[in-house]
Amino acid sequence: MSWSKKDYDDIPGTYVFDGRRAVMGWPLNKMCMTLNDEDNREALRQDVEGYCKKFDMSDEQTKAVKDLDALAMLRLGGNIYYMAKLIGAYNLNMQDIGAQMRGITVEEFKDMLLRQGQEVV
Amino acid sequence: MATLVGGITSSHIPAVGIATTKRLFDDPYWKPFFDGYVPVREWMEKVKPDVVISIYNDHGLNFFLDQVSTFAIGAAHHYDNADEGWGLKTMPPVPGDPELSWHIIEALNKDEFDLTMCQEMKVDHGLVVPLQVIWPDAEEWPVKVVPVAINTVQHPVPSAKRCYDLGVSIGNAIRSYDEDLKVVVFGTGGMSHQLQGERAGFINKRFDLDFMDKIIDRQQELTALTTTDFIREAGSEGVELIMWLTMRGALGDKVKLLHSNYHAPISNTGAGVMLLEPVE
Repeated sequence: MSWSKKDYDDIPGTYVFDGRRAVMGWPLNKMCMTLNDEDNREALRQDVEGYCKKFDMSDEQTKAVKDLDALAMLRLGGNIYYMAKLIGAYNLNMQDIGAQMRGITVEEFKDMLLRQGQEVV
Repeated sequence: MATLVGGITSSHIPAVGIATTKRLFDDPYWKPFFDGYVPVREWMEKVKPDVVISIYNDHGLNFFLDQVSTFAIGAAHHYDNADEGWGLKTMPPVPGDPELSWHIIEALNKDEFDLTMCQEMKVDHGLVVPLQVIWPDAEEWPVKVVPVAINTVQHPVPSAKRCYDLGVSIGNAIRSYDEDLKVVVFGTGGMSHQLQGERAGFINKRFDLDFMDKIIDRQQELTALTTTDFIREAGSEGVELIMWLTMRGALGDKVKLLHSNYHAPISNTGAGVMLLEPVE
């Protein structure tokens, strides 16, 4: 099995969800997709490992979910739109997780967004 | 015959749905955004369209990675909204127009666009949030909607040029429909934003404003952009701007700009709204 190089591979800090990532992330994303349902969100919160087991997720993927480690999930094939459902299950939002991925506080993340909006162009 | 009376671009940020439900129209953070929709609401009130063709992308409500459709169209009497997993209020079902859907399906097929045809289709915030922000007081939606979902989740996603050409065919299909209807086309999504990776929170105001300028009468410069150009310049999720180009294709060569507003940030995103009218 071999994957071709892509012209987006050099974009920093960006995990383009292509076929390679889709194959890698299939069980993780499949688990996340079930979280559209509140009963499933509750089942996940009650027993993360047990819930992840049902989807044949790798140990690394299960650990990333348990740690709510978004960069680890992305590196293991997670898709941000499905990960958003997992993040929501823990009452976090995309700014909380954006700050986590940047390694800054949520306040710093929000300030960064505001600064980009205030840029004079 | 049906008339294509206008085109609207709108962001579909989930936070906008929440702010609309909470009626934060005069909140200092939200006011510059919501004020941008006042002329759109007034125009809608005046024109009273019968149908909206909404070009949007699903984020994992109806479609999953088991079966990804590049282009899908709804052909149902109504479309349900549902729980997406993170607390958006479920909105009332959206009424459809199956006869118009099938007319578009057949016309597109003649133009060699073969769409996934859906008689059941849940519509997520990508479709519902623009309806909410334009009709915040509606107890039921005042228009019928034909949803057209374009894949932006699983790469490769369709090119800007392909989407624009799809839009051209959608426009021709609308204008050839033998029913006295006023139709508006929405292109929802964008503008620049990136939700994932160490680059999360990337917004490119310069790119967004340039895009809003060029989409009026230099759209060929935008359809020349590759998916990688969009990811680089508008962020990984900024590729949703292909929805805007699909809408623009439907309007025909020349358009008149009636209104536009840009505000950033809203949540993690540059938010643009435009109201365009086709010029014969």
